[in-house]
Amino acid sequence: MTGLHERHPYPGKLIVVEGIDGSGKSTQLHLMHRWLEAEGYRVFFTEWNSSDLVRRAIRRGKKKDLLTPTTFSLLHAADFADRLIYQIMPPLKGGMIVLADRYVYTAFARDVARGVDPQWVREVYSIAPRPDLALYFRVPIEASLDRILSGRQKLSYYEAGMDLHLAPEPSDSFRIFQTRVLDIYDALTLEYDLKVIDAAREIDDQQRLVRQLVLDVIRGIEPKKPYERQSLLRQRPAV
Amino acid sequence: MKDSRFYGNGLPYKKPANFKGSLIVIEGTDHVGRSTQVEQLKPWLEVEGYGVVSTRWTRSALLYETISEAKAGNRLNATTFALLYAADFADRLENEIIPALRAGLVVLADRYMYTAWARNKLMGADPTWSRSLFGFALVPDLVLYLKIDVGSLVPRALEGKGMDYWESGMHLAYGADLFESFCNYQRRLIREFNALAKEFNFTTIDARKSPEYIQNKLRDHIGNFLRLRRGAPMQQPAILAADRVLNIAPEAGMDFKPDATSESEPVADLDLVKVQAAK
Repeated sequence: MTGLHERHPYPGKLIVVEGIDGSGKSTQLHLMHRWLEAEGYRVFFTEWNSSDLVRRAIRRGKKKDLLTPTTFSLLHAADFADRLIYQIMPPLKGGMIVLADRYVYTAFARDVARGVDPQWVREVYSIAPRPDLALYFRVPIEASLDRILSGRQKLSYYEAGMDLHLAPEPSDSFRIFQTRVLDIYDALTLEYDLKVIDAAREIDDQQRLVRQLVLDVIRGIEPKKPYERQSLLRQRPAV
Repeated sequence: MKDSRFYGNGLPYKKPANFKGSLIVIEGTDHVGRSTQVEQLKPWLEVEGYGVVSTRWTRSALLYETISEAKAGNRLNATTFALLYAADFADRLENEIIPALRAGLVVLADRYMYTAWARNKLMGADPTWSRSLFGFALVPDLVLYLKIDVGSLVPRALEGKGMDYWESGMHLAYGADLFESFCNYQRRLIREFNALAKEFNFTTIDARKSPEYIQNKLRDHIGNFLRLRRGAPMQQPAILAADRVLNIAPEAGMDFKPDATSESEPVADLDLVKVQAAK
C-alpha cells in the first residue's frame, strides 16, 4: 500500500479525470484515449461504478432509496476495490497506461458533500495508488446543468443529491448539492495536486492542454512497435 | 470533538440523538452456538418486559444477496470482502440498530465488527485499515464472547451443519483437506477473537459448557447490565411466562446447576431452576 501521497512504484502510468457531471471530463478522456491508442500506446480504460460485483446492490439501493451516505460510500468503495484489483493494478504493473474516468477524489467530494467524515473516507480509500496525473475539469454549476439538461437526460436522483432532501425541485437540489461538491473539489486540488482545466473553454483547446500534460507524464513509456499495432484499416469490416 | 459513543468519527450527518436502548453483542466463532443463544434470549427479554430486536451478520436487505453471490462466485479478496462486510454492517446499523436504540429497545447483535476484524486479518487485509473502516460504528454497551477451543468446536460443527468452505478457511488454503483446514483456520480465528476480547474487554463465557449453561450465563450478564442501566430491579417474571422460555432442549436442561461464582442478585435463571425442579 503506497497510499495517495506517495508515488507508486509500478512501471505503468495512471491518469485520472475528475469533475462533476456535465463538466465534459468523459469527452476529454475519450479524446485522450483515442489519441494515445493512435500513437501506439497500450491503454486500459476503467470507469467509476462499473464493476458487476456490487452493481446489483447499488442499483437496488438506489431504486428503493435505501442508501445512506455511509452505505453509498462503502458500496462505491467496494466497486473501486474490485476494479483496483482486477482492472487497475494488473495493467499498471504491466507497464500500460491506465485511464480512469473518476477516481477516489470523486468519493472524497461527493461522500463528504453527503456528510460522511472526511478523514474516514480517506482511510477507506487509502488502498488506492496515487495517480501520475489527475485532471480536474472545473465548470460553473449553470454550465454543467445546461449541458446535462440540453443534452441527454434528466438529472439523476443521486447526482442531484435528492437523497439529502435539500430542495423539492431536482434542478434546485442539483445546484445546492453540486455547489458543495465543487467547493470540496477546489480544496482537493490543493490537497492532492489535481491539475485544473477550465472546462468552460472549447473542447479542442482543453484537449490540447490535456495532451501536453499527458505527454509529460508518459515520457519513458514505450509505444507498441509498428508490427504490434493493429492497423485501423484492418479493423474495418471487409466490404 | 469525537462522540465517544462511536468507535471512530461516527456518522456526522446524523443528528445527535439519545440512544435510550442498549446494544448487546454476542461474539464468537462459527458453530459456537451464537444464533441459537440469541434466539432464546429474545423471548426471555420480552418476558422481562424489554422490547427486543436482533440483527445478524451479513443479513442486510441491501447486501445479503450480493455477499452470497460474491462468495459463490469466488472473486472476493481481502479488500472487497472487508468493504462488503462494512457496507452490510453500516446498512444494518443505520436502518435497524440505531432506530431501535432510539426507540429504547434492546438490540441483540449476532456478531459485530470484531468478526470482520478477525476474519479480515486472516485474509490478509491491513489490520489498521480494516479497523478504520468501522469508524462509523457504535461502541456496544456489552460484548458477550462465547469462547471455545478448536477441540470442542469440531464435534459441534460435525454434528451441526457440517464444515463449510468459508468457515474452513478453504479460500486461504489452510490445510490439505476440509477438516485440516477447518481446524487450522478456526484455531487462528479463535486466537484473533481472544486477542480482541482482551483489548476491548469482552465479557467471556465458557462456551465449551452446555447450551443451558451458556444461556444462563448470558442471562446473568444481560440481566445485571440492564438492571444497572435502569437503576431499578428488573420485574419478577411470571411463572407462566418463564415456562414458555423453557423450550430449550428439556432433557439437557437437567444438568444445569446455578453457577457458584455468580451469586449476585437473583436473575431470571433462578426462576428457570425452580420450574425445572417442579417438573
